[in-house]
Amino acid sequence: MALISAKDLTIGFSDLVLYRDLSFEINEGDYVFVIGENGTGKTTLMRTLLGLRKPLKGEVVTDGLSLSEIGYLPQQTIVQRDFPASVKEIVLSGFVGRLGMKPFYSAKQKKTAMEAMKKFGVEGLASRCYRDLSGGQQQRVLLARTLCAATKVLLMDEPVAGLDPFVTEEFYGLVEKLNGEGMTIIMISHDIAAAKKYASHILHIKNDPSFTSKDEYFASGKGNEFSIVSGKSES
Amino acid sequence: MEILIEYLSYPFVRYAVIVGVLIAFCSSLLGVTLVLKRMSYIGDGLSHVAFGALAVASVLKLTNNMFIILPVTILAAVLLLAFGKNAAIKGDAAIAMLSVGSLAFGYLLLNVFSASSNLAGDVCSTLFGSTSILTLSKNQVMLCAVLSIVVVIVFVLFYNKIFAVTFDETFAKSSGVRTGLYNFIIAVIIAVIIVLAMNLVGSLLISALVIFPAMASMRVFKSFKAVTISSAVFSVFCALAGILISMLTGTPVGATIVACDAVMFGVFCAVGAVRQ
Repeated sequence: MALISAKDLTIGFSDLVLYRDLSFEINEGDYVFVIGENGTGKTTLMRTLLGLRKPLKGEVVTDGLSLSEIGYLPQQTIVQRDFPASVKEIVLSGFVGRLGMKPFYSAKQKKTAMEAMKKFGVEGLASRCYRDLSGGQQQRVLLARTLCAATKVLLMDEPVAGLDPFVTEEFYGLVEKLNGEGMTIIMISHDIAAAKKYASHILHIKNDPSFTSKDEYFASGKGNEFSIVSGKSES
Repeated sequence: MEILIEYLSYPFVRYAVIVGVLIAFCSSLLGVTLVLKRMSYIGDGLSHVAFGALAVASVLKLTNNMFIILPVTILAAVLLLAFGKNAAIKGDAAIAMLSVGSLAFGYLLLNVFSASSNLAGDVCSTLFGSTSILTLSKNQVMLCAVLSIVVVIVFVLFYNKIFAVTFDETFAKSSGVRTGLYNFIIAVIIAVIIVLAMNLVGSLLISALVIFPAMASMRVFKSFKAVTISSAVFSVFCALAGILISMLTGTPVGATIVACDAVMFGVFCAVGAVRQ
C-alpha cells in the first residue's frame, strides 16, 4: 500500500470549492512537485495531507505513518524575520512534537540536532541569532529543524521563494541528497525547471488536477503550457 | 539612605517591595511571546476589562473583588488569544474594542451606582495604581506570592512548547503539538499577571511592564533564553528602582516604575547600537 493515499479529495472552503475528486498515491522515496498558480489551493492541500484541516469530501489515508514522522516546512512568516532566537534553539524545537509531557529536550535530541545542523552546514552558526542570517542560511536552519521532526516524509511549501539562483541550486542539492537517503519529498514550487530536473512525480493543480510521473507530465501538453506561461512572466 | 531604611521598617512598605518585584518578574516572562505574536497591546486591553470587572464588583459591594476580576479577565484573554484567529473581529481591532468598551462601561457603572464621595480619586487610583500598592494586606501579599510562583512554574515547565508555538505555530501543530492548549495556557497566564499587576501600576500602565523588558532585551541578546532571562532581570531592577525612588521623592509608584523602564530601554538601545 502507498505511504500516503488521497481518495476523492474535494478541497476548498465552505463557500468556495477549489477542486473536486482528486485521488493520488505517494510511495516511499517519491519526490513530488506540487505545481499550480497562486490561489489554486496548494498550501491548503498540504495542510489537508498533514491533517491540519479537514477536506470537504474524501479522505487521506496514511499507511503506518504517524504525524511525528512527517516534517513540515511552512512558508516563512513575518514574525520569524525578527525573532530573537539562536539557531540551536530553533533546530532543537523540531523535536517539540516528541516531548509529550516532558518539559525539556534530552541529551540525545540535542546531539541529533547538532548532527542535523552539520548535515546542512549550519553548525558554525549554532549560537548566532536567527534574524541576523541570510535568507539561504535561514532556510537551511529551518530544513535542519524539519529534519529533527521528520524521519520519513518531508513536506515543503515554496522553500526556495526569495532565494537567489545559487542558493536555490544548493538547497535543491541538499533535498536531493535527503531523497537519495530514502526520504519522501513533497514540495510546492513554481520552479518548472527544477521539477524537470529533480521530481519523480508531478501533482498539477488547476481546474483539472492531475497526478502523473514526471515524464508523462512533460510529454502531455500541460507541463509545456505552464512552463511557457511561467517563462513569459519571468522575462 | 537612612530615610530608606526607616521606610523599610514599615511592613506595608516591605509588602509593596515584595509584591512589586514578584509582579515585575512574572510580567516580563511572557513579554517576548506577546510582542512577537503581535499582541503587545493585549495587556492594555485586558487591564481595561479588569477595570470594568472591578467596577461591577464595587457596585455589587463584594468584599473580595478578585473572585469577579480574575475569571472575567481570564475569559477575555482566552477569547482574544486562543480563539482570536478565527473570529470575525480579530487582532488589534478586537483588543481595542474590548478595551475601550469595558473602560466606558466600568466608568459608567461607577458613576451611576457608586456611593463614594471621591469618585474621581477612586477611578484615578485604579487607572494609575497610585496608592493601592501601599495598602496591601498580608493576605493579598500571600495571594500574589502564590499566583506568581504558579505562573513561574507553569512557564518553566512549558518553556519549550511556548517557544515552539511562538516561533512557528503551523510547524508545531504539524508535528503534533496541541497548539490550542498552549495558546490557552499563555492566555490564562497573561490574564493572571494583568490582574496582579493592576495593584502595582494600575490598569493604564500595565503594557509597559510587559513590553519594555522584552523590547529592550531583544536589542541586545541573541537567543530566546538570554532574552527571557534578561527581561526578568531588567524588569525586577526597574521595579525596585522605581519603588525606591518613589519613596524618596514622593512620586506616584506606578508612573515612576514605568519611567525607569523607559529610561533603561534607552540604555539597552544604546548598548545594542554599539554592539552592531
